[in-house]
Amino acid sequence: MSAVAGRDLRGAWLPLTQDAVEAAPGCPGVYQLADHQGLPFRIGYAGGKSLFGLRGELARLIAENAGREVRFRMEVNMQYISRWKELMMVHRALYGEIPVGNPKSDAEHLGFLGGRHAGVAR
Amino acid sequence: MIDFTPTHEQSALIDQVRRFVREKIAPLEAELDPDAGELPAEIREPLVAQVRSLGLYGMDIPEEFGGPGLDVTTRCLLAIEMTQHRAGLYSPCYGVFGGAGLAQLYEATEDQKERYLYPTLRGEMHGFFGLSEPSGGSDPARAIQTRAVRDGEDWIINGSKLWISGADRADYGIVFARTGEGRDGITAFIVDTDLPGFQVRRVVHTLRSTHYATELSFDDVRVSDRNRLGAVGHGFAIANDRLSSQRIPYAAQCLGVAIRAHQMAVEYSQIRETFGQPLAARQGIQWMLVDNEMDIRSARLLVLEAAAKADRGEAFRTEAAVAKIAATEAAGRVVDRAIQIHGGLGVSKDLPLERWYRELRIRRIGEGPTEVQKMIIARDLLGKVAA
Repeated sequence: MSAVAGRDLRGAWLPLTQDAVEAAPGCPGVYQLADHQGLPFRIGYAGGKSLFGLRGELARLIAENAGREVRFRMEVNMQYISRWKELMMVHRALYGEIPVGNPKSDAEHLGFLGGRHAGVAR
Repeated sequence: MIDFTPTHEQSALIDQVRRFVREKIAPLEAELDPDAGELPAEIREPLVAQVRSLGLYGMDIPEEFGGPGLDVTTRCLLAIEMTQHRAGLYSPCYGVFGGAGLAQLYEATEDQKERYLYPTLRGEMHGFFGLSEPSGGSDPARAIQTRAVRDGEDWIINGSKLWISGADRADYGIVFARTGEGRDGITAFIVDTDLPGFQVRRVVHTLRSTHYATELSFDDVRVSDRNRLGAVGHGFAIANDRLSSQRIPYAAQCLGVAIRAHQMAVEYSQIRETFGQPLAARQGIQWMLVDNEMDIRSARLLVLEAAAKADRGEAFRTEAAVAKIAATEAAGRVVDRAIQIHGGLGVSKDLPLERWYRELRIRRIGEGPTEVQKMIIARDLLGKVAA
């Protein structure tokens, strides 16, 4: 099954532009932002209090990242908090730390995936 | 005739906890995400300090380990209060009243208590309970396939666990593994999560957004015999004790949510008008509210009856099973009716009802599904015929 560009976290990245964001659904879900090389630097979610769901969150991020070449992808998901934590844990397992664009406090309640013993990537 | 009127001391505690929930916890939820299950440290720590100053921290901890030694009835009465907020069912007061650790550790050796129990009670360590496997969770005597094989002074554990809460944040877990055949072939071990071969393989998402389960794998995990919990082959009894004793407060928590949902439905039915009349004036709505009232009252009596029997030191397995069925099923019905009375508002994230509806569905399965509770009751009624 092919992933729809930008709407699947396994799929291709889309540029974070007004046009792309306007097509985003107004539902809860998770998103990733990446730099021009496709390196993820932020993982977030549109929760129950987000105005216009993913569309609203991503629109806010356009303003926050003005002047930078930023890409995004997203996933509509009602289990947005546990999915966000999972993505954060996967990122930390792959890169050794949480995304640089997330506040350090996001690591506060985060668990680990994989093994914790020395020699295994977390 | 048993008198379930709270004692003076119980009433004072109920009042303290009720005020704490209404004044300190519920207002926070106006700002938090509707599915939030945790508080940021800067909000949580001052609340923990307040709870400590009130002398209410660690209420579930037995007296011999520094807790107040509350009986099961009092714990249930307080559980009913602590759950009366949006996150209350699975995160009562966001954990600011502290936990009691894993009850199996109360039976541990002194060395094990020093290394695991006391640091856990101080909040310095976290543990998980590793019983269920992909092959099942309700029938551990037959379903457990994870094996532990003796190797000198150690045990080598291989296998997997499923539906395990909190393992990704735990320092250790109590893991049940097969060391022989049948019911007497299960042994419990305390397994450190930083051991080679232990892995949190994946997150398992459920109806609960804020909490997830995990799948664990054990690949030649070497555990010292020093970390064996209880005697070889006695793991089933250790697991079973916990499952029975947990069921009564577990049932009480469901009641707290049901009571709050019912209060909301009663209030809303009086202010919401349709076709020129408040909803409360309609017999269809009245009967829903009456059904809620009956569900709550009957489940409350059954929970308190089970708690009273446990407090008297009598066998309470059947009563705990009855209470668990009654409270989890009744709470589900109450919240369902409350949603119906609220209409579209009931299913929106503006109110906590939709979250309770999702989370209560899990309660009919967690800690032994309704059908397994019925098996327990039938066995006690019929003996070997139903076994």
